[in-house]
Amino acid sequence: MATDLVPGVAPDLPKPTPPAASPSARKNPARRLALLLRHRWLYLMLLPGVAYFLVFKYWPMYGLSIAFKDYVPFLGYSGSPWVGLKHFEALFTGPDLGRLLGNTLILALLTVVFVFPAPIVVALLLNELRVRVVRRSIQSLIYIPHFLSWTIVASLTYLLFSADFGVLANAIHDLVGGQRTDYVAQEEWFRPIVILQLLWKQTGWGTIIYLAALASVDTQLYEAARVDGAGRWRQLWHITLPSIRPAIVVMAILTSGNLMDSGFEQIWLMTTSLNRPVAEVFDTYVYYIGITQGAFSYSTALGLFKGVIGVVLIVGSNWLAKRLGQRGLY
Amino acid sequence: MALVKVRHYDSAGSRVFDILNVVILLSLAAITILPLLYILAGSFASEAEIDSRPFFLWPEKVVTDAYDFMFATDTFVRALLTTVCVTLVGTLIQVALTLTMAYPLAKRHLPGRVLVLNLIIFTLVFSGGMIPTYLVVRELGLLDSYWALILPLAINPFYLLIVKSFFQELPEALEEAARIDGCNEFGVFWRIVLPLSKPVIATFSLFYAVGIWNDYMSPLLYINDEQKWTLQVLVRQLTAPNADSANMLGQQSTVFFPEQGLKFAVIVLATLPILLVYPFLQRHFAKGVLIGSVKE
Repeated sequence: MATDLVPGVAPDLPKPTPPAASPSARKNPARRLALLLRHRWLYLMLLPGVAYFLVFKYWPMYGLSIAFKDYVPFLGYSGSPWVGLKHFEALFTGPDLGRLLGNTLILALLTVVFVFPAPIVVALLLNELRVRVVRRSIQSLIYIPHFLSWTIVASLTYLLFSADFGVLANAIHDLVGGQRTDYVAQEEWFRPIVILQLLWKQTGWGTIIYLAALASVDTQLYEAARVDGAGRWRQLWHITLPSIRPAIVVMAILTSGNLMDSGFEQIWLMTTSLNRPVAEVFDTYVYYIGITQGAFSYSTALGLFKGVIGVVLIVGSNWLAKRLGQRGLY
Repeated sequence: MALVKVRHYDSAGSRVFDILNVVILLSLAAITILPLLYILAGSFASEAEIDSRPFFLWPEKVVTDAYDFMFATDTFVRALLTTVCVTLVGTLIQVALTLTMAYPLAKRHLPGRVLVLNLIIFTLVFSGGMIPTYLVVRELGLLDSYWALILPLAINPFYLLIVKSFFQELPEALEEAARIDGCNEFGVFWRIVLPLSKPVIATFSLFYAVGIWNDYMSPLLYINDEQKWTLQVLVRQLTAPNADSANMLGQQSTVFFPEQGLKFAVIVLATLPILLVYPFLQRHFAKGVLIGSVKE
């Protein structure tokens, strides 16, 4: 049903036409048919994939229209009555937006400050390791957490911070003192724990892109610099860092595009009734009021607001990168 | 790779840095791996030992209570089977769809190709989001169906674009020869391109499989039926704060119940398959297979 929405993809062609067609003949409808027919196998192979994107990516985008409607399940997307900007008014005048934006932005800021630079630093350190076996082994170990699910990471956190026997709970207690508490449940420990989890899970994996950039540096540059009397710091500053700058820019753009996406699974798994005031971010709140409370239209409006900011961020940072003379993402 | 740069640094500061560097990186590796080793050790420890020792890498006495208990419950065995089946079928579908879609997109002469590519790239920047996608799945009648764990994630646009780039690199001459021998485009794809792409297929099968195995959001959104829980949901249910695991696993409270040990054991069981395929995964991604995704 969905595939016929894309002109030029559907290969339902009854008429046999001469097979020869040059690119210059594309304007002629008969020739165009011939071209389609000649590539019928390729179009046929394209079809299931295009159907997937239309059904599971573009149909939901059409479904965003319910942000401007009062969605009634049995009336569906198109049958539900339009209500204009009602839900956005509720969003901008209600208490939700400030709280969600605050929580999301604080987490985003902490991510930019702590999580973003970590792989760069580790990659630079790895690059300075001279013994290849050691380097390889360390790499193999620090990539592992990337492949573990957030459920596993969250469960691990709960066990390590367990008030009864958790080793990290003991460590915090020894450090901070005071009464023993359930750190994972507490408001003030939510953000540090989430950032620690991100560092543990993603730092190693994040080094890959920088290490690839570092591996492609011409070693003659280093030799020349040494001949000119440059020490290790100077080499780092004048050769190594400039060589990974494009990679840093690309990752910075990608990161800023994702600033509004505090990882849903992670945050949801770490949210407790006690830390909810600081833990709730856009995605978890959308899930909470949308799926569990059934406020489909309002939660869609919230999601749309978040999505639009995400697009603005990624386009904006790409523009900025280009203005600053970098290559950008596209 | 000329990574071993022959440097002759003689300054003391440089040597100190090298030693410090090794120490820092080894501690990072230790921080990464120690929690996992603790969980493994804890899963073989007695309840009393878990409660009394804050951290250990080898249990005083190896017991398999938690595993015995786990494999005796229907809930766990069912979740394990469900997850294995969904992962296998799902990976098959994902890989098949990704390969067949990537191949035509790699043909630069194909009219309409740019349109479809833009259609794909746009979804990387913007999406309908959680609720509209949920409503589509509901509209399709997939709630509480295993298909809801597979179909909405059937193609990863990033992987698709990487596979497409890979196909573009293949030598055109081979395909041309097959075409002259009378193969149609699908025949070329099946007989020539796929056999050449075995490493790529292996890589992305693993990545897709890990993705489905680890997925928690889809079952959370689309599965209400407890009979259809996946392993990740079970891990969550058993380890969540205030989890009533005895009740959940259908046990009378009078029966001996390794409450803490179960948490360790279920984490180990849900992680083990990932760690088993990890060496194979690493062989491929280390070569930079994924790097191409960033620039397209």
